[in-house]
Amino acid sequence: MRKRKPQYIVIGGGLAGLAATMKLCEDKAKVTIVSYQPVKRSHSVCAQGGINAAIDTKGEGDSPETHFYDTVKGGDFLAHQPLVRDMCHQAPAIIHLMDRLGVAFNRTPEGHLEFRRFGGTLYSRTAFAGATTGQQLLYALDEQVRRYEHDGQVKKLEWHEYLSAVLDSKGICRGAVLHDLRTGEIFTARGDAVVLATGGPAQVYGKTTGSTVCNGVATTTSYLQGAKYANGEFIQVHPTAIPGRDKLRLMSESARGEGGRIWVPRKPKDDRAPLTIPEEERYYFLEENHPRFGNLVPRDVASREIHDVVYNKELGIGGQPMVYLDLTHQSEGFLEHRLGGILDIYTKFTGDDPKKVPMKIFPAVHYSMGGIWTDYEDDGHGLIDHQSPRNQMTSIQGLYAAGECDYQFHGANRLGANSLLSCIYTGLMMGPGMINYSKHLGSHFEDVPSTVFDQARDQWKERFEIIKKMNGKENPYSLHQDLGNILLASVLIVRENSKLEKALIQISDLETRFRDVKCLDTTHWSNPAPSMIQQLHCQIQLAKIITKGALIRNEFRGAHYKPEYDLNQPADFDPHEYVEYIEKKQYGEIQEEEFSPGHAAYMKRYEECNEQWLKTTIAEHKNHQPEISFEEVNTSLVQPRPRKYD
Amino acid sequence: MPDPKNIRLKIKRQDRPDTKPYWQEFNLPHKPLANVISCLMDIQMNPVTRQGQAVTPVVWECNCLEEVCGSCTMNINGKVRQACTALVDALPQPIVLEPMSKFPIVRDLQVDRNRMFENLKKVKAWIHIDGTYDIGEGPVIPEKQRAKAYLLSECMTCGCCLEACPQFTKDNDFMGASTFSQVRLFNMHPTGAMEQEERLEAVMGEGGIADCGNAQVCVEVCPKKIPLTESIAEIGRETTLQLLKNLFLK
Ligand SMILES: Cc1cc2nc3c(=O)[nH]c(=O)nc-3n(C[C@H](O)[C@H](O)[C@H](O)COP(=O)(O)OP(=O)(O)OC[C@H]3O[C@@H](n4cnc5c(N)ncnc54)[C@H](O)[C@@H]3O)c2cc1C
Ligand code: SF4
Ligand code: SF4
Ligand code: FES
Repeated sequence: MRKRKPQYIVIGGGLAGLAATMKLCEDKAKVTIVSYQPVKRSHSVCAQGGINAAIDTKGEGDSPETHFYDTVKGGDFLAHQPLVRDMCHQAPAIIHLMDRLGVAFNRTPEGHLEFRRFGGTLYSRTAFAGATTGQQLLYALDEQVRRYEHDGQVKKLEWHEYLSAVLDSKGICRGAVLHDLRTGEIFTARGDAVVLATGGPAQVYGKTTGSTVCNGVATTTSYLQGAKYANGEFIQVHPTAIPGRDKLRLMSESARGEGGRIWVPRKPKDDRAPLTIPEEERYYFLEENHPRFGNLVPRDVASREIHDVVYNKELGIGGQPMVYLDLTHQSEGFLEHRLGGILDIYTKFTGDDPKKVPMKIFPAVHYSMGGIWTDYEDDGHGLIDHQSPRNQMTSIQGLYAAGECDYQFHGANRLGANSLLSCIYTGLMMGPGMINYSKHLGSHFEDVPSTVFDQARDQWKERFEIIKKMNGKENPYSLHQDLGNILLASVLIVRENSKLEKALIQISDLETRFRDVKCLDTTHWSNPAPSMIQQLHCQIQLAKIITKGALIRNEFRGAHYKPEYDLNQPADFDPHEYVEYIEKKQYGEIQEEEFSPGHAAYMKRYEECNEQWLKTTIAEHKNHQPEISFEEVNTSLVQPRPRKYD
Repeated sequence: MPDPKNIRLKIKRQDRPDTKPYWQEFNLPHKPLANVISCLMDIQMNPVTRQGQAVTPVVWECNCLEEVCGSCTMNINGKVRQACTALVDALPQPIVLEPMSKFPIVRDLQVDRNRMFENLKKVKAWIHIDGTYDIGEGPVIPEKQRAKAYLLSECMTCGCCLEACPQFTKDNDFMGASTFSQVRLFNMHPTGAMEQEERLEAVMGEGGIADCGNAQVCVEVCPKKIPLTESIAEIGRETTLQLLKNLFLK
């Protein structure tokens, strides 16, 4: 008998999808890769900053263990520790691999990899390729996959949309329902397993730093099919984005790294030209409120401060929700040399030159730490068993997920330059386990009756027929904007339960309005309108997951800030006290006097908070609503402790 | 004098590859920071022409919205460029949008640029590695050489250079400047150079470098300022050498 070749369907051709495809092909599998647009145009190209790996080329004493600690601490201890540790230990090999694939990483004078510093760490750990690291990484993987395509191992279905998984009578995933975005044909593809590598959901908010296809729909569809969705409420808001009509383009953290100062006029609604406002009439609020860190406080802190100044103090520029990011005190030569490519983006989209006038910026939705729930198997030594078919499998057997669409690596807050890493890492890491999954599957998709596939297809055909007949009064694009505005108003930087409750009602009102949508185009060729309506339907469900998760989680952790539940860390608190506190507790009662005044009480609050909330939020689709429950987080390797950056 | 409160758009539309194109005009309220994409998005929210006729929303291609994915190339006021960086305030009105003319039309402003990706296959635009297993560091590369490669590796397959090129037509096989530039990129890399000959052979055949008329318009329209004429000259040199090698050594 000829040996059966495993076959997979990978949805998405960003870093995660392409890495998975490359790895599976190396193991002789056949892969069909599905993407909205040519994979080379995936969102991953937008990443500018870099990718982390503790290679320690500068004698700073960095190590994968430190990278691991920084990452779990950055994520406020909400990430499963063996996974993060394994990722950080694999990171150096990943960078070397990407280098061998031809990525034009910046070099040292000796011709080795150059590294720079990024947020949340004290080490030079970030490899970068000019100002377009994501683009360069994606192209390298795209080229490898093109090679396999050339050799006949990969079939690309670009301009195709993933609609759902095909589940057999036992609920095992046997393939996918796909939608040809040109012909409109709906059909099924079969495989041993399906991988979702469909990226983040930022478009639920309407305005974001993300690309237009970052819509979160594929994972939401899986949730509607019964998969668990995890930590949905953890959405990262980047402090500095360029206001825009169609997109809020990112202004890199490096602008502040090179001396950029954030300020607003002290006088509300002051509409003088910024450079005519005298120094004493400017409010450098980050520098005033954080004398030591100044403009380089962590992302979540900066976003909260800007929010406070603009909305509570009403000091936004000219009454608008914007603040200045000012580099004009630096010489033009210096700025050109250090920040050239990045400042060009600002000029390109606003027409203004940041070397001459202060930039206008505002925080924007950037990244989702949460995503579809995935599994893992540790090796008993604090790392991952790479042969396990459980790695990266969702709660639907045979349906895998990798990249920004999963939830496992960044806890409650992601550190810069760790996402490109987690995308490539998951894509590569899951390969061997998936091959084992195929090997040990009792029955394969070939044994599944074709009616299973036909039924799945026909359901979607019907669904699209119904959508095309929708002839109500609501414009779906306006509805999408309204949905985004609800989330932007209530589920962003500062979260309050009363507002979250209201948002849930607004979302369900919007769901009612959705029934009255008009399908603006009912033709049969390259017509995006019906898909857009289906996507909107999913995004409404996802908005509920995010909002309900936020409502129920009564604490302040990472990007999820509820002022009401701030534990008010004493200013002179040292996180190591907490480790001591926990150790002492094991040997008996704690004497309050052993600690500075207020510290023992704070630590007790922290401990109780963790007991209740150091858990993964799980959303499951029950009775048309997300039902929220909680799961333990694996904190077996380092003791969670209060975060403090000083 | 254009009305400062209004944006006038004239868009060339086509329902299917085999139907006739037609024009439609739209009037939109002016908004600060508007670009061509945000205008197309505004049309989606209110797909009504200047004459008040309800129509289907315009179909186009975009993704990154920051000129790095290459999706949104189209002819704007007769010039090929990305729509996402086309700021309305910098454009004379009416703003005329047309699809690229050198690629098969899919619908409206959307074209099929698959030919570009096929060309990348023909010239083996990749680095053939032994495997993904951890065998340590990559080759040592001088920063200067890295910087040169980086300039070429920013090519986002957007097709501007091909749209502008007089040699590149819908019905020939000319590979075009972007492909030649990629050949140069991979031949420059220490590992990539091991397949240099195969790449050169590929651009020595039909549609290859010999068909380039050196008009140099490609380099003028490249949004990434890729030194395309340098690449063409370099590949020209390399192929001549290869030709001589073939004559004397084979
Ligand atoms: C502006 C910006 C800058 C960033 N900079 C950095 C940085 O410097 N460092 C860092 O580590 N991280 C950075 N990030 C985060 C990082 O870029 C992303 O998390 C990462 O690229 C996601 O990769 P991915 O492979 O998961 O998905 P993506 O690259 O988003 O790809 C998703 C793929 O799925 C496809 N797809 C999705 N849904 C469907 C469907 N239903 N049917 C068919 N196809 C589908 C898409 O077509 C696409 O091919 C940045 C993010 C932004 C927004
Ligand atoms: S030099 Fe001229 S002919 Fe050659 S690729 Fe460029 S535009 Fe085309
Ligand atoms: S060379 Fe320039 S114009 Fe041509 S495809 Fe690449 S980026 Fe576009
Ligand atoms: S949308 Fe990516 S280049 Fe314009």
